[in-house]
Amino acid sequence: MREMGNGRSPVIKIENMTKVYQMGEHQVHALKGVSLEVYPGDFVAIMGPSGSGKSTMMNMLGALDQPTSGAYWLDGTDVSQLSDDALADIRNSKIGFVFQNFNLLSRTPALQQVELPLIYAGKGQRKERARKALELVGLGDRVGHKPSELSGGQQQRVAIARALVNEPAIILADEPTGNLDSKSGTEVMQIFQHLNQEQGITIVFVTHDPWIARHTKRVVTLADGKVLSDETILTQLIAGKSERPSDMALH
Amino acid sequence: MNFWENFRIALNGLVINKLRSLLTMLGIIIGVAAVITLVSVGRSVEGVVTAEFQGLGNNLLFILPGQISPDQQGPRRAGGAGLTMNDVVALSDPLLVPEVEKVVPEYGRSALVTRGRHEMRTTITGTSVDYSDVRSFYPVTGNFFNEQDVASGARVAVIGQTVYEELFPDGEPPLGATLRINSVNFRVIGLLEEKGGSGFNDQDNLILVPISTAQSRLFPARRPDGKLRVDFIYAQLLDEDRQDAAIGQIELALREQHNIDFDEEDDFTVLSQDELVSAFSQVTSVLTIFLGVIAGISLLVGGIGIMNIMLVSVTERTREIGLRKAVGAKRRDILWQFLVEAMVLALMGGVIGLLIGMVGTLIISNLSDSLQPVVDWTAVIGAIAVSAVVGLSFGVYPAARAAQLNPIDALRYE
Ligand SMILES: Nc1ncnc2c1ncn2[C@@H]1O[C@H](COP(=O)(O)OP(=O)(O)OP(=O)(O)O)[C@@H](O)[C@H]1O
Ligand SMILES: [Mg+2]
Repeated sequence: MREMGNGRSPVIKIENMTKVYQMGEHQVHALKGVSLEVYPGDFVAIMGPSGSGKSTMMNMLGALDQPTSGAYWLDGTDVSQLSDDALADIRNSKIGFVFQNFNLLSRTPALQQVELPLIYAGKGQRKERARKALELVGLGDRVGHKPSELSGGQQQRVAIARALVNEPAIILADEPTGNLDSKSGTEVMQIFQHLNQEQGITIVFVTHDPWIARHTKRVVTLADGKVLSDETILTQLIAGKSERPSDMALH
Repeated sequence: MNFWENFRIALNGLVINKLRSLLTMLGIIIGVAAVITLVSVGRSVEGVVTAEFQGLGNNLLFILPGQISPDQQGPRRAGGAGLTMNDVVALSDPLLVPEVEKVVPEYGRSALVTRGRHEMRTTITGTSVDYSDVRSFYPVTGNFFNEQDVASGARVAVIGQTVYEELFPDGEPPLGATLRINSVNFRVIGLLEEKGGSGFNDQDNLILVPISTAQSRLFPARRPDGKLRVDFIYAQLLDEDRQDAAIGQIELALREQHNIDFDEEDDFTVLSQDELVSAFSQVTSVLTIFLGVIAGISLLVGGIGIMNIMLVSVTERTREIGLRKAVGAKRRDILWQFLVEAMVLALMGGVIGLLIGMVGTLIISNLSDSLQPVVDWTAVIGAIAVSAVVGLSFGVYPAARAAQLNPIDALRYE
């Protein structure tokens, strides 16, 4: 395990988190005691084989689901103690979540999709903020488009705009490029790098793609519900500037 | 999150899913429209029947054979020897029933009437001369039959406007024409003025003949005991304020006439106009209830339609709920959204159904002059309430269940 943080307090701190799914008589131990700290400005890729518990962990981090045991501090708040409504507030104000399958509302224009978190936050100037977020992801000219009128990459960018519109402390993403071709995937990485470098937004995302992972600053690998390794990327790739090598060269 | 924000979200959702909203509303629209139309038609029929009897005036009493109890579900006849001309004679005796001014018997059947190549089926009513005054049936041309016609059993007929139009389609003069009723030739001596009404309640669709003629030549009325049958008897009173006295006298006279022992029940019924109205409105309210039940079934079918669409859209909606929760919606936000959606659908559907139902009521009552469009507000409120409940339960219940889920479980919902 590496040391990081330089005395700053972590945005995310989980300790010994476990998650057990009850499948009838059968118990699935998806997380078997995971501890992790993520500091402001971090840019983390979570990797690991299928079924290793990546999505499970992301759902806990996103306050979308409750762990079976373990502690979770988000921005200094002990999330594992919160009520349903308080969790909703946390999800609304502190976290931006991006899903593999976008999860946009059907038949709803992009601008309204992005407005959604602001509505539940009760904030004003929603149109302006939503428009700015869409411009940030390069969709300033697509505000009126519905999901069916957007490409997969564009839909994911709408979802990213929705995640960042409420200025969260952290953006979490579960395989955000998983459903995209490599070009759209690269666009998403460009946006993430931009958000992380220019805006200082903390980002944690899951990927299966080692090359995508090398665009980040840190790679955490899970295996069988535990953290297997936690490495710093010394030479971060710049999205769009680096050629994807053939799969052979990666291994 | 204030209320209006939720309201806006809900309306937005409805607008965005126009087809789903419309389909959901369709069930409510059809159900409410059906309930309102059918119940209103039932009520109009009730109104017609009531109006007809009320048109008879307050100083008339109706004497019917058998026991009719207005407290029962409609008229109920229990045995009874029936009424005869002897009763008419008895009631005409001013010494026995001084409160009664005029007594008019009615005896009639439906029969086929022909005039040359024209023919129709109508009611042939045998009655006495006073019928004209008591029921206010006056001829516009010709005369009513007179006492001598009744005494001699003359084959003369007074016809209503509808009969005239059917049998004299080219507008020939009716007086003196010959009608064939049950193979008996009748001479038309009068044409009644128009009374109005239509369909089953057409007061102009009748032929009046002297009662003696009807009893002897048309529809044999002789009973085994030799008395002549009548269907019922009108008794016009001298003074409507002394109705009770008149009823007492009539009952006494008829009991005497029918040899009814002291401890036996009447075998006839004397009804005032009000009692007659209430007896008949019981029949017609059964009709209204029947129509209401049919309409209620269609409302139920509409409700099942709503349920179907709600259940079909529940997958999509559950994911939507998951997403909304994931970006910060609280449980009550979700509930409000769906509550408002369901209420708006139910109310809009209810109002549109109400309008269609009222148009339907108007159309149906236009088919018949005598039907007045009556909108039954209990039916309106009931129908809208039922559809609101249906909308709420099938719209909000799945939503409430989804709102309980973890966002991630809702998002994963298949
Ligand atoms: N809702 C659930 N109910 C039961 N078991 C579950 C549930 N969600 C996940 N699991 C189990 O938990 C384990 C971890 O699943 P998870 O989805 O976290 O894996 P993952 O690392 O995201 O895999 P992938 O790379 O394929 O997305 C798996 O064995 C999975 O079967
Ligand atoms: Mg996963």
